[in-house]
Amino acid sequence: MGLTLTWLSVIILLPLAGLFLKSLELSPEQFWNILSSRRTLNALRVSFGLAFAAACVNLVMGSIIVWALVRYRFPGRRLFDAIVDVPFALPTAVAGVALTALFAEKGWLGAPLAALGIKVAFTPVGIFVAMIFIGIPFVVRTVQPVLQDLDPEIEEAAGSLGASRWQTIIRVILPSLAPALLTGLALAFARAVGEYGSVIFIAGNLPNVSEIAPLLIVIRLSEFRCADATAIAAVMLVVSFVIIFAVNRLQRWAQNRVPAR
Amino acid sequence: MTIEVRNLVKKFGSFAALDGVDLKVNDGELLALLGPSGSGKTTLLRIIAGLDWPDSGEVAFNGEDALAQGARERHVGFVFQHYALFRHMSVFENVAFGLRVQPRAVRKDEATIRRRVKELLDLVQLDWLADRYPSQLSGGQRQRIALARALAIEPRILLLDEPFGALDAKVRKELRKWLRSLHHEIHVTSIFVTHDQEEALEVANRVVVMDKGRIEQIGSPDEVYETPATAFVHGFIGESVELAVQVEGGVIRLGDRQLNLAADGLASGASKLFVRRHDMLVGPPGSGAFEGAVQHVRNFGPVQRTEVALSGGETIEIDAPRDRELRAGDTIGLEPRRYRIFANA
Repeated sequence: MGLTLTWLSVIILLPLAGLFLKSLELSPEQFWNILSSRRTLNALRVSFGLAFAAACVNLVMGSIIVWALVRYRFPGRRLFDAIVDVPFALPTAVAGVALTALFAEKGWLGAPLAALGIKVAFTPVGIFVAMIFIGIPFVVRTVQPVLQDLDPEIEEAAGSLGASRWQTIIRVILPSLAPALLTGLALAFARAVGEYGSVIFIAGNLPNVSEIAPLLIVIRLSEFRCADATAIAAVMLVVSFVIIFAVNRLQRWAQNRVPAR
Repeated sequence: MTIEVRNLVKKFGSFAALDGVDLKVNDGELLALLGPSGSGKTTLLRIIAGLDWPDSGEVAFNGEDALAQGARERHVGFVFQHYALFRHMSVFENVAFGLRVQPRAVRKDEATIRRRVKELLDLVQLDWLADRYPSQLSGGQRQRIALARALAIEPRILLLDEPFGALDAKVRKELRKWLRSLHHEIHVTSIFVTHDQEEALEVANRVVVMDKGRIEQIGSPDEVYETPATAFVHGFIGESVELAVQVEGGVIRLGDRQLNLAADGLASGASKLFVRRHDMLVGPPGSGAFEGAVQHVRNFGPVQRTEVALSGGETIEIDAPRDRELRAGDTIGLEPRRYRIFANA
């Protein structure tokens, strides 16, 4: 117990406290000026907005992938199951380079998309794509065990009681999966907000357009504007914390309606 | 509602779960499908419910082809062995589910639904649990809720798949009695699957004994117990002494000994002799068809369960009445009061 707490404090709480102390060196006025600068606001907007959008896409697509992996037996299922983990395992820089190559104007996917007038690499769309890529395993891996645990008999029961397939999904399956889905959403979101390596390669990093907050922090640090960097970091921390907390409450609420077995 | 099943065949790979099954279920009866696991009884039930489809054969409800309809259209109440309750819904909402998913045109208003659910919860005597969640109930309560949920749609047929299989012995006995009285009350045509012979004999009006995808016998509980049609039924229902014998021209042999038993009209060949354990009468040595030495005696309520080594070397177990005390080492004669002989298939 003591060991766990000490370890947690040293590893997690201490750095967080340090971050806040550092940002306290700024006067409130300075702090406000840094945050309300156009570049900072835009970077935060890009980071949180795209991360949330990507997490939502992952929620939907991840659910579909999980469904296929758990409920269907098809050749290569195990291989697909393993492939889901690739974004976990791949060094983020490698992922970034790969995605950039793929979506660059001459890349396999970039070329046909460019012909359609859609530019992915070096735009916010690229950030979005990278965030989807790195977030997908979080949804799949949190929902998978819960779905495996969900007895197919409850679907048969719903059907024999007269429910259509759609009613069965909406009224029976989704509510049973809700806590896991929310957790997956939160994890994918948190990861996407914090993602750095894979995003900066594909983003283009234009200030105010495709510059993510973590990158801005790095830039400020390299300019020796340490206080600026910590101020942005502190805001990211607080916002992330609030969002995770909110999702956690939501999840608790969903779970309370399904008391543990 | 009558159910008619004709020449039903269902294969899983090379395994024939149903191998040509014919069955007629009368209106309002409570029928038991009894058999060991793998006998095809659950497959038959699921096909009648529309949860599985046969490879060939027919299923008709009141003479109408049921296979043309899916589970949703068949209007059949199905109760699962493991309840299959919706975990995220209260007991009340579970029971109301079938009423709430009805097409808008025929859906009842909220007040009617509430009244109906209340009635059903009263029927299963669990109205006080309406606001609980399934995880907060005992197994027996969950199964009664599952039954109330199935009854909510006013099913034409009620199908129960091993309804008491996951419950402990005491609860199971209570629920058996309760199911029988419930059926007496609502009289919906019902079929339940079980591997427990006692359950089938106690609850059902008629019992269908199945083995290896075929029906071995259909009859009242008395018929299948008193006059088993096949060696399998005799061995499966009730406890029997089973001996491999040889029939040759009206003479029955056990090993090299001739048994002093009538063998009129029996076909010659290898056969099986069945005697109910309590139909073996104990007498002094030399008095009966068999002779043997008592090996082991356990007092078992009204009977002494006695292990006897027959003179030919076979060991059998009989239930002797308590009026004459047996001891290990006694030599006794045994005379079967009733017996049946089936030629080996």
